[in-house]
Amino acid sequence: MAGMDGPVSEALLRLGRHLRPGETGPDLRTIHKSGGRDGDVFYRDRWSHDKVVRSTHGVNCTGSCSWKVYVKDGIITWETQQTDYPSVGADRPGYEPRGCPRGAAFSWYTYSPTRVRFPYARGVLVEMYREAKARLGDPVAAWAEITTDPDKRRRYQSQRGKGGLVRVSWDEAVEIIAAAHVHTIKTYGPDRVAGFSPIPAMSMVSHAVGARFISLIGGTMLSFYDWYADLPVASPQVFGDQTDVPESADWWDAAYLILWGSNVPVTRTPDAHYLAEARYRGQKVVVMSPDYSDATKFADEWLAPHPGTDGALAMAMGHVILKEFFVDRQVPRFVSYVKRYTDLPFLVRLDERGDAVTPGKFLTAADLGHEGREAAFKTVLIDGATGEPVVPNGSLGFRFAPDGEGRWNLDLGGVDPLLTLYGTGDAEHVEVALPRFDGAEPGVLRRGVPARRIAGHLVTTVYDLVLAQYGVARPGLPGEWPAGYDDPAVPYTPAWQERITSVPAARAVRIAREFADNAERSGGRSMIILGAGTNHWFHSDTIYRAFLALVTLTGCQGVNGGGWAHYVGQEKCRPITGWAQLAFGLDWSRPPRQMIGTAFWYLHTDQWRYDTFGADVVASPLGRGLFAGKATADLLAQSARLGWMPSYPTFDRNPLDLADEAAAAGEEPGAYVARKVAAGELGFACENPDAPENWPRVLTIWRANLLGSSAKGNEYFLRHLLGTDGAVRAAEAGPEHRPTSVTWADEAPRGKLDLLLSLDFRMTSTTLFSDIVLPAATWYEKHDLSSTDMHPFVHAFTPAIDPPWQTRTDFAAFHAIAKRFGELAREHLGVRTDLVAVPLLHDTPDELATPHGAVRDWRETGETPVPGRDFPKIVAVERDYGAVAEKMAALGPLLDRLGATTKGITYQVGPEIERLARANGTVRHGVAAGRPALTRDVHMCEAILTLSGTTNGRLAAQGFAALARRTGTDFAGLADEHRRITFADTQARPVPVITSPEWSGSETGGRRYSAFTINVEHRKPWHTLTGRQSFYLDHDWIQEAGEALPVYRPPLNMGAMFGEPAPGGTAPVNGSAEGVVVRYLTPHSKWSIHSEYQDNLLMLTLSRGGPTIWMSPADAAKAGIRDNDWVEAVNRNGVVVARAVVSHRMPEGTVYMYHAQERVVDVPRSETSGRRGGIHNSLTRLLVKPTHLIGGYAQLSFAFNYLGPTGNQRDEITVIRRRAQEVAY
Amino acid sequence: MKVMAQLAMVMNLDKCIGCHTCSVTCKQAWTNRAGTEYVWFNNVETRPGQGYPRTYEDQRRWKGGWELTRRGRLRLRSGGRLHRLLTIFANPLMPSIQDYYEPWTYDYDRLFTAPAQDDVPVARPRSLITGKETKITWSANWDDNLAGAPELAAGDPVLRKVSDKVRLEFERAFMFYLPRICEHCLNPSCVAACPSGAMYKRSEDGIVLVDQDRCRGWRMCVTGCPYKKVYFNHRTGKAEKCTFCYPRVEVGMPTVCSETCVGRLRYIGLVLYDVDRVGEAAATPDPKDLYEAQKGVFLDPHDPEVIAAARAEGIPEDWLEAARRSPVYRLIFDFGVALPLHPEFRTMPMVWYIPPLSPVVDALVETGHDGEDAGNLFGAIDALRIPVEYLAELFTAGDVEPVRAVLRRLAAMRSYMRRINLGEEPDESIAQAVGMTGERIQEMYRLLAIAAYEERY
Repeated sequence: MAGMDGPVSEALLRLGRHLRPGETGPDLRTIHKSGGRDGDVFYRDRWSHDKVVRSTHGVNCTGSCSWKVYVKDGIITWETQQTDYPSVGADRPGYEPRGCPRGAAFSWYTYSPTRVRFPYARGVLVEMYREAKARLGDPVAAWAEITTDPDKRRRYQSQRGKGGLVRVSWDEAVEIIAAAHVHTIKTYGPDRVAGFSPIPAMSMVSHAVGARFISLIGGTMLSFYDWYADLPVASPQVFGDQTDVPESADWWDAAYLILWGSNVPVTRTPDAHYLAEARYRGQKVVVMSPDYSDATKFADEWLAPHPGTDGALAMAMGHVILKEFFVDRQVPRFVSYVKRYTDLPFLVRLDERGDAVTPGKFLTAADLGHEGREAAFKTVLIDGATGEPVVPNGSLGFRFAPDGEGRWNLDLGGVDPLLTLYGTGDAEHVEVALPRFDGAEPGVLRRGVPARRIAGHLVTTVYDLVLAQYGVARPGLPGEWPAGYDDPAVPYTPAWQERITSVPAARAVRIAREFADNAERSGGRSMIILGAGTNHWFHSDTIYRAFLALVTLTGCQGVNGGGWAHYVGQEKCRPITGWAQLAFGLDWSRPPRQMIGTAFWYLHTDQWRYDTFGADVVASPLGRGLFAGKATADLLAQSARLGWMPSYPTFDRNPLDLADEAAAAGEEPGAYVARKVAAGELGFACENPDAPENWPRVLTIWRANLLGSSAKGNEYFLRHLLGTDGAVRAAEAGPEHRPTSVTWADEAPRGKLDLLLSLDFRMTSTTLFSDIVLPAATWYEKHDLSSTDMHPFVHAFTPAIDPPWQTRTDFAAFHAIAKRFGELAREHLGVRTDLVAVPLLHDTPDELATPHGAVRDWRETGETPVPGRDFPKIVAVERDYGAVAEKMAALGPLLDRLGATTKGITYQVGPEIERLARANGTVRHGVAAGRPALTRDVHMCEAILTLSGTTNGRLAAQGFAALARRTGTDFAGLADEHRRITFADTQARPVPVITSPEWSGSETGGRRYSAFTINVEHRKPWHTLTGRQSFYLDHDWIQEAGEALPVYRPPLNMGAMFGEPAPGGTAPVNGSAEGVVVRYLTPHSKWSIHSEYQDNLLMLTLSRGGPTIWMSPADAAKAGIRDNDWVEAVNRNGVVVARAVVSHRMPEGTVYMYHAQERVVDVPRSETSGRRGGIHNSLTRLLVKPTHLIGGYAQLSFAFNYLGPTGNQRDEITVIRRRAQEVAY
Repeated sequence: MKVMAQLAMVMNLDKCIGCHTCSVTCKQAWTNRAGTEYVWFNNVETRPGQGYPRTYEDQRRWKGGWELTRRGRLRLRSGGRLHRLLTIFANPLMPSIQDYYEPWTYDYDRLFTAPAQDDVPVARPRSLITGKETKITWSANWDDNLAGAPELAAGDPVLRKVSDKVRLEFERAFMFYLPRICEHCLNPSCVAACPSGAMYKRSEDGIVLVDQDRCRGWRMCVTGCPYKKVYFNHRTGKAEKCTFCYPRVEVGMPTVCSETCVGRLRYIGLVLYDVDRVGEAAATPDPKDLYEAQKGVFLDPHDPEVIAAARAEGIPEDWLEAARRSPVYRLIFDFGVALPLHPEFRTMPMVWYIPPLSPVVDALVETGHDGEDAGNLFGAIDALRIPVEYLAELFTAGDVEPVRAVLRRLAAMRSYMRRINLGEEPDESIAQAVGMTGERIQEMYRLLAIAAYEERY
């Protein structure tokens, strides 16, 4: 035996071992003890608790993880993940444990020093209010006086964000809030009240209760998904559906996986294990990321395209797949897939315009001489057997028409669609002109397609156009074609993309080949996980269409383990129907006001005034000049007046007064409004957004942190919307770039909002700038529901403790506000009629409003508009303002009569209402007498579950039966008709949902969810013009932008648009010190979920303790920056002060300021502005893409969070320099 | 033969996503209190990186663990017991708080109490040691994800040993995560270093603990532990360390760090070993032989002789059953993919690791180094971004062959399973090339990829 040390110490040890209990090892190294461990009782005590409660975190991360919350002596101690998810199958990994370090750090907030314990209000405002109320005796009059007196108004607005918050009582806070709402509705109109609260799925009741209040009073709920730029516009464009994606357990089914701009371990932490595990099953993983990201660790190969150039790589991969798997060789499965499930075989008219032929509109049945309104929405293909044009089932023309019943399906009968006209007898070869955007200036490509004349129209197939667009040559076709893969000069070869992306051409070829080969061998199990790295760009829709082409060409979409997996702020409120009824008060009044967030902020923060470029900056060289001479704000106004996109505030008049006027005139409201507008006697508010009568006046934010997180153009928000100091450095547009149809005020207003109200449990940038802050209960202090698309379960929030101090649940807070509102409103408002302007809506016959997507603007033609055709629908809604609180607290009667509609299917819910009456009890008195009660949060939970198909099998089965009548295909057996999920079920354990037509995939039989499997397997059309997945878009504006086909568009040229310096060099800051010019990206952080947790001490301790900017060693060297130096990043939009993180995992030329590092923790004053250094969004601003404003045409029609302009922010650049290292706060 | 039972853990670094959930749940459960602000029983390090506390692996500096005397006897590197007794009041071999990090908080209350002023209120950082305003220059995880690596990675003691193999540049970037808890060693130098006899190893399960009543705060254990996993509570003046969550494992629950590991990479199992052979094995002359030597100390739980001897020691039947089902034992022996952390410290650590695969280096991609291509299996291993030499310095005292063998097995599993995944005929030659059978590969696959909660612990 090897001995120890030496003889002396051994002797000491031998002596010592007799003096203490326990057994010393024979060689004297170790002491073993069994018993006598009283000293360790401390740890046993610490691991003891009184109860463990199931809850989760209502944070915008899509995790929807069920947690155990430990409580001891009435105090929350800590949390660990639940591990009781139902099995997803014995042969695959399960969902336990779900959770991440952020969630694990949540309980820190409960008792933290940043917990909002009491209601607060801006001191100067409260003083003025108390004085005015004492004098005037009426809260509403007091509010009116303060907000209309310019001096008083300036006093409290300019103090926003600068301390001076004081504690107030709940009663007083609620009274001020109620008075503000009443005054605003009375004076300016209910559409001047707005609410912002995102992501219902993460806590459905908390969202719904506030949205219900806003909706019932006629206020406007602002969209979030498009505003966050998480909404992929390509999804409606291609699928006619918004973000339907596989659950993460379906990654396991993929045999080839590309992570494209998605950092799964950081942004989908609880799902990341599926990545690691699927590799063990032989899945190949490729990561496309500009930096060596966390996800790269799991890759077999890492490709690092330059930021924003992913579309070029995807187009080149498409080139390879088309060449090798369609032209050189035909894969039977791919061919049969694209013939049935995509628009590739459909015919497109070729427009002969002077010397150029360009792709035009889809050939439709109307072109063949068919009669009826729907004929223009029935697209045409050629039967390969007969060579004759046929009108197959399934296009939009079959969806709503009576004669379409049983024919809206993907059955082709005996027809074998002809994919190409190439080589057919009567085909002629025609050279078409196609736009390209890869150079400094847009250019034109001329490439031949085979074409035929049908009914007088020169036509070709979408497939033939796609081959021309991708540059895949076929012998004999005219035009300029690439010489081969190694031709770098023309789109879209592998060598061409190498110049743009830096990815070696050979690797692009190989990855494309492997991807398609895997799809062929596995039956479509090639998947692309898409992330914000590719989705937050101005032209992300083009990037995404290039991706989606890869998964549709290879037959992967609608297959378990295949297709797109877009995980960017996506959510799946699985019980969507029930939630929507409650959230928008559809049980009491319809329609609600729902606004596209980006347009709202763009106008009301006056960012439109800083557009120093024309809207035609996006136009194709082959365009017809539709955007010429216009500003983006002009197009926004056009979209609003044509009824494409919603616009609230709508008119330059109070809609309550407008209703009275129409009634007085004895006219039908729609006709009255249209006539007045056409006559120029009534204007749209968006045509004069800076006029005081058109400002939004009251904004309530809950479950969100607008000013610390999502507010692109943060400094513009502060300056114009709030009227306090902002660090905007940009100049306004000169006369040559100003809008022509939107009024330009000489001076931009500062301080539009009368009241900014926030509800939160922690201090954020939003609460710091709010006039009133209400203390919210946390997620461990209330009942609610959670779901996600990452897993198929619904589960509960349950209070571990009662809301402490003076905090209240959102449910209690909004009911308190509603009650006081009703009291004041009864006197000041009474019962009024409200005229709601509603845009043309998706999944309704409104989609038929614009045949061929051909734009006719009544203002330009001088016609009188027709509501519902080329003008918003005008709907009169009665509002009993005194009864709002009663209506909130009961399920209204409209449901009985009209049912509940989701994505075009209406559910009759009579038995459900009876059941809720029994479960929740009924209301005894008032307007809601006899109706099911919603007086408690658990009542709302129960109602959401009862009124949704995913959680109530009776409704799911009913929905499928209704759908089957329209399609004529069979959905029997998909819905588990007899299963019902109650709130108690979700409290016991996460519960798998029921397959329902509310979504496009099937969980039936324990199967993993993947989008569009129902479409593929049951021949249900997509909700698009052709009823198929779309490669081709033929709306006028899409064509004007040159985006009819998948195309590569580079990041915006900020130098040309705004005069910013070119990335890569250096530039002076403040006229002196040199800084390095870099691309500025804001990817999601490892240490926070948006701004949540970025102030959490545990997360700060595990990172660098405050705001940082990551940069490469080369860029750091250029500006003399060392790791952990204080730096300032400056551009025209504002200033950020942060510390540098220098790392060689960053590429040269690009910096990351991880998302939502706000100004509350360790942000000093800036040398540049002299004021508090900003947040990540102080350097960004909104840029609206005109094609996102299209509406009223097939899948390009508005629905809330389905379609709208994105608040993209990735095309930005900044100058970074080292600043003085002594900082002042 | 004297049989003892040891609770042990294996972490599969190939699955670790570096999320730190384990660290947070552990800290929340055990060390979020005064005196332990800087203490993380469980922490996660980005490698290459300096670790926590900084450069703890550099035993030339910190003198942790054991060394061999010229006569081949084990001696604490921090010096003989007499030496340590003489320096008990002035132990210079302690990491300072700055080597861990100086914990801080923020004056959050400013956000509420700021009077009307001319700018936005902000919470400034404040030291939890001095209470004064501070500038943050180091944290519990400062170099996460290669943060500051161009300057800081040079301080990584492991990287220094293989610096000729590694270039810290974008094109060759690599990183992986190393979660760490107390190793609950078979030959714990902390226990040996304690002058008060307060540290001990539980006889029934081998968990190493500090008797809070007996601890006198000499901190020799801090010096003695080469992993720096014993901490000094500056409020109580006593040592504290990872307890392997004994209040949980005693009632059949896994440790907090394991249960909450969202990467599902932790396995807990019982291992039987011959306590009589520990000292000899720890004194194995060549550090590269220590990995095999430690395996030699473990006993086969299926061996009737071992079972009889275990019964004689009073080890209960259900424990023996647990030893037979132990995923840890299977990963070390049946599949041969788990390796000890720094065996050269000679403490016989009992938290083992499966080394990570990584993407191939771009420059080598075009030569066809495809991890799933059976024909290229072995070529691919040397083309991986994480240099095998770096891993070998962590797990096998620099011997690259055991690391290569593990990585080949992982790659072979992927290659073998890919064919099955695609509905093709399994290729037994892939399994044979790494000394396994297809059946064994499938068993390993099940444990590494699928194993549910009850199979992992």
